[in-house]
Amino acid sequence: MIDRRIFLGSAAAGSFLLACPGIALAKAATDRRFVFIIQRGAADGLATLAPVGDSAFAGLRGAFVEDAQAGAKLGSFFALHPALVETAKLHGAGEALFVHAVASPYRDRSHFDGQNVLETGAAGAYRLKDGWMNRLLGLLPQGEAKAIAVSATVPVALRGPNDVSSYAPSVLPAASDDLLARVGDLYARDGQLAPLWNEAMATRKLTGDLSGGGGQNGAATGALAARLLAGDNGERVAFIETGGWDTHSGQRGRLAAQLKGLDALVAALKTGLGADWSNTLVLVATEFGRTAAINGTGGTDHGTASAAMLLGGAVKGGRVIADWPGLAPAALYENRDLRPTMDLDALIANALAQHYGLDLARTAATLFPEGQRPRPIDGLIRA
Amino acid sequence: MTAQSIALNRFGLGARPDEAALADPKAWLDGQLRSFEPRPAAIAAAPSRQEVAQQLADYFEEVRAMGGPAARRAQAAASDARPRTQPAAMTTMSPMPGQEAAPTPGQMAGQMGGEKALNDRIAGLPPSAQQFIRKASRDYYLTSVAARTDAALATPAPFVERLVHFWANHFAVSADKLVVIGLAGLLEFEAIRPHVLGRFEDMLLAVEQHPAMLLYLDQAQSVGPDSRLGTLAATRGRKVGLNENLAREIMELHTLGVRSGYSQADVTEFARALTGWTVDGLGRGPAARLTSGGGAPGTFHFAEAIHQPGARNIVGKSYDQPGIEQAKAVLHDLAASPATARHIATKLARHFAADDPPPALVDRLTAAYLKSGGDLPTVYRALIGAPEIWSPATAKFRTPWDWSVAALRAVGTKQLQGQAVAGLMTQLGQPVWRPGSPAGYDDIAASWAGPDALVRRVEAAERIASRAAGAIDARALAPKLFPDSLSPATAQALARAESPGQGLALLLASPEFLRR
Repeated sequence: MIDRRIFLGSAAAGSFLLACPGIALAKAATDRRFVFIIQRGAADGLATLAPVGDSAFAGLRGAFVEDAQAGAKLGSFFALHPALVETAKLHGAGEALFVHAVASPYRDRSHFDGQNVLETGAAGAYRLKDGWMNRLLGLLPQGEAKAIAVSATVPVALRGPNDVSSYAPSVLPAASDDLLARVGDLYARDGQLAPLWNEAMATRKLTGDLSGGGGQNGAATGALAARLLAGDNGERVAFIETGGWDTHSGQRGRLAAQLKGLDALVAALKTGLGADWSNTLVLVATEFGRTAAINGTGGTDHGTASAAMLLGGAVKGGRVIADWPGLAPAALYENRDLRPTMDLDALIANALAQHYGLDLARTAATLFPEGQRPRPIDGLIRA
Repeated sequence: MTAQSIALNRFGLGARPDEAALADPKAWLDGQLRSFEPRPAAIAAAPSRQEVAQQLADYFEEVRAMGGPAARRAQAAASDARPRTQPAAMTTMSPMPGQEAAPTPGQMAGQMGGEKALNDRIAGLPPSAQQFIRKASRDYYLTSVAARTDAALATPAPFVERLVHFWANHFAVSADKLVVIGLAGLLEFEAIRPHVLGRFEDMLLAVEQHPAMLLYLDQAQSVGPDSRLGTLAATRGRKVGLNENLAREIMELHTLGVRSGYSQADVTEFARALTGWTVDGLGRGPAARLTSGGGAPGTFHFAEAIHQPGARNIVGKSYDQPGIEQAKAVLHDLAASPATARHIATKLARHFAADDPPPALVDRLTAAYLKSGGDLPTVYRALIGAPEIWSPATAKFRTPWDWSVAALRAVGTKQLQGQAVAGLMTQLGQPVWRPGSPAGYDDIAASWAGPDALVRRVEAAERIASRAAGAIDARALAPKLFPDSLSPATAQALARAESPGQGLALLLASPEFLRR
C-alpha cells in the first residue's frame, strides 16, 4: 500500500521553505499545543478537498464541481474548497497538511456511534468509556497535561481519569444541558417521547453555530480557544466542538458557510496564539464522510471515508497525503462512498507521537488500545 | 393513573399545591357543574364589547373618510381573512414556530418580540391600520388573554374551564384577521361561558350572533341579492351580494360536521336565510343607515334591508319564517340533528379520552345529547359516568395550552401578564385565539408531540420552574399533582435532581405531566 501513496501539492516548495530551522523549533517540548477540532455531523471530504483530477469526480458531483474549480489548487489532483481562504494560505506557508480517504475503524453510518468511535478511540461504539485525548494526557509531562474543552460539557474524547476543564462560549445556562440529559434519561423508556426526544437532540447536536455570522462565530470560537491556550500558563491541549456538517440538502450554501466558519476559526486561532502557533498542531477530523454522489436534494448522505487536516506551525505541511482509491463505480466502498485507504487513528497516533516526541507504538497502544500497531507515517511534524 | 389523578388531569387543568386532596373524584367533577362561575372577577374586568367595537367603528370611519387607494388598502387589511403581511400578529408576539429561530431563554415568556417586532410586521400597512392593531392588541387582546388565563388559574371548577376552552376552540375565530383581534376573547366570555352549562342550541345562537363570529366569517357584509339594499345596489351598478362563509362553517364545523349529508345547495340556501344577521354601529354612510338598528356599536342586529326575501329549502325542509326567525329555525334544527349530536360527541370524546375515541363512548355521549335535547350538563354527566374515560392509560398528549395552564397551576401561579402568556403560547405553537382557521386547533397528539415542540416544552418547563425557584419541592408536589400515579422513573429523577429548580423542571417535563 505504501508504494501507492502519492504525495501531492506543493510539497517541494513548502517543505523547503520550512525546513529552515526557526527559533520555534529550539524551544522546549513543554510549549507544544494540540487542538482537536471535531466536525460533528460527517463533513464532506470530497467537497472540502475535491479530487478534481479524478475523472469520475465531475460526473458524481454535478454543480458542486464549480466550487472545486474556484478553490485553491493543491497540485494537479486536489483543490481546496474556495471558502477555505486562510487555510489555503497556511498550505502555501507549509503549515497545512491534508489527508484524504481517511476513516476511523467505524464502518456504519450512525452519527452518534461514529462520533463515539472517533472520540473514544475504540474499535467499535461504546466499547470504551474514556476518550483518547484524556489518555493522551497520561503520556505527557505534568506541565503539558492541561486540557480544556471549548464546549459546555466535557466531550467523550476528553473524558477519563485525567483532569480536564471545559469552558462554554455559549450564552445558554450550563444547567440546561444537564436538564436536557436528565430529560433524555427520563424519556428513555417512553415509547412516544423517546423517539421524539432523540430526534430533537440529534438535530440540536448537528445544528452547529459555526456557520453563523458569516464566519464571525467561528472566529469568536477560535479567538476564545487561543486565549485559553496562549502563553506560558495557558492550556496545552484543547478540544473544539463544531457542528452543522450534516448536509443532506442544500449542501453548497451550507457547507460553504460551515467551511468559512472553520476557516475563520483556524485563522483566529493562529492570530491569537501568536508565537505559540509555531508549536501548535491542530487536527480537524469528522466521524465519517459522505456519499460520493449528490442526492436528490442537492446534498449528500452518510458515507465512509473523508478528509482530515493537520494544521499549525508545527506541521510539516504544504502537502496532501492520500492513497487515492478512485471514484470509479467499482472503486467505491459499498458502491456509494469514498473507500477508506488510511486509518485515522494511525494518522493521529503518528502525528501526536512526533509532535510530543513519544514512541509511536506506545502512543498508539495508549490512545487506540484496540487497534493494530500502526504503520509509521514519517515526517508529519517538523523535527 | 388513579381516579383522583384522572379527575385532576384528564378532566381538570391539573392540581394546585394549595388544593385539598379529592375524596370522591366523580362527585368533585359533578359538583363543578353547579358551582361554575361564568363571570368571575378576572373575566368581568376584561374590556367591554362596546369599547372594543367602538374602536373598530372609529377605524372603519377613518378608513372611509380617507377614500381612494389608501382606504382600499386599509379596508383590505381589515377584512382579508389571511393577511399576507401577518398584520394581526399581536403586540410582542413572535411569528409562528418554524418561521423564526427559537428564541434564547431570556426572550421567552414576557419578553418576546416587543414593540419592534410588531412594528416590523405591520410596517406595510396604512398608519391608521397600524394604530388600530397596536391598540387592539395591547388594550383588548392581551388583556383578554390575561383574563382567560387568570380564570383558568384561579377557578374552583377546572373541569368546566376546560369545557369553556373546548367550546371556544370548537367555535373558533382567529385573531390573524384584524377585526377579530379585540373581539376574540369576548366571543368566549360572552357567548361560551354563559352557555357552557346550558343547551347547545343556546350557545350556538349566542356564537352565531356574536360580532366576532359575524365579522370573522364575513356574515356581517352578506347581502341578499333581492333584498332592498341588494336591489338598490344592483340598479346603481354596485357589487354586493351573498357571502356563504358563515353558513358553510356552521354546517361543516359548528353543527352537522363535514360530509354529513348536506349539499352545496343547502349551504347557499342557508346563507340566504342568514342574510340580515349583522353587527350594529360599525359603519356610517347611506348603506349603513339602511342596515343600522341604532344600537350600540358591536350589538347584534337583524337588518331586514339586506335579508333575502322568500322561503328557503335546507336539507329537505322548507323554512318560510319571516326575518330573523328563518335562520333561527334552521339553527334550531341543526342543533337537534343526530349528525350534530354525533359530531359534538366525537369531538368531546376525542378531547377527553383519546385521539381515536372509543366508539362506545361516542355512542354514549351521542345518546345523552339526543335524549336531553342537547342539554350540555347531561352530556358532561354521561362523560363523567362513562367507564371508558376512567382508563388508567394516559392516551392524550396535552396541548400547549393545557400543559401551560397545568404547569402554571402546579407552581402556584395565580396571575400572569397577558404578554407573558401570549409569548409562551406562541413559543409553544398555540397562540391564544389565533388558530389561523375556523376549524380551530387540532386535538390530536400528532399535531403537538413533535421533536422541536418537545424541546420547547422542556425549555418552558425550565423557565416556569426557575420563576418558582427554590420555593417548591418537586418531590412533595408530584404526589399532589398525580395522586398514587407517579412512575418510579419520574420519582427517581426528581429525587436525583441537582437542585429544587431542576427537580421542578423535570416534573413539569415528565411523561406524567405531558400526557393526561
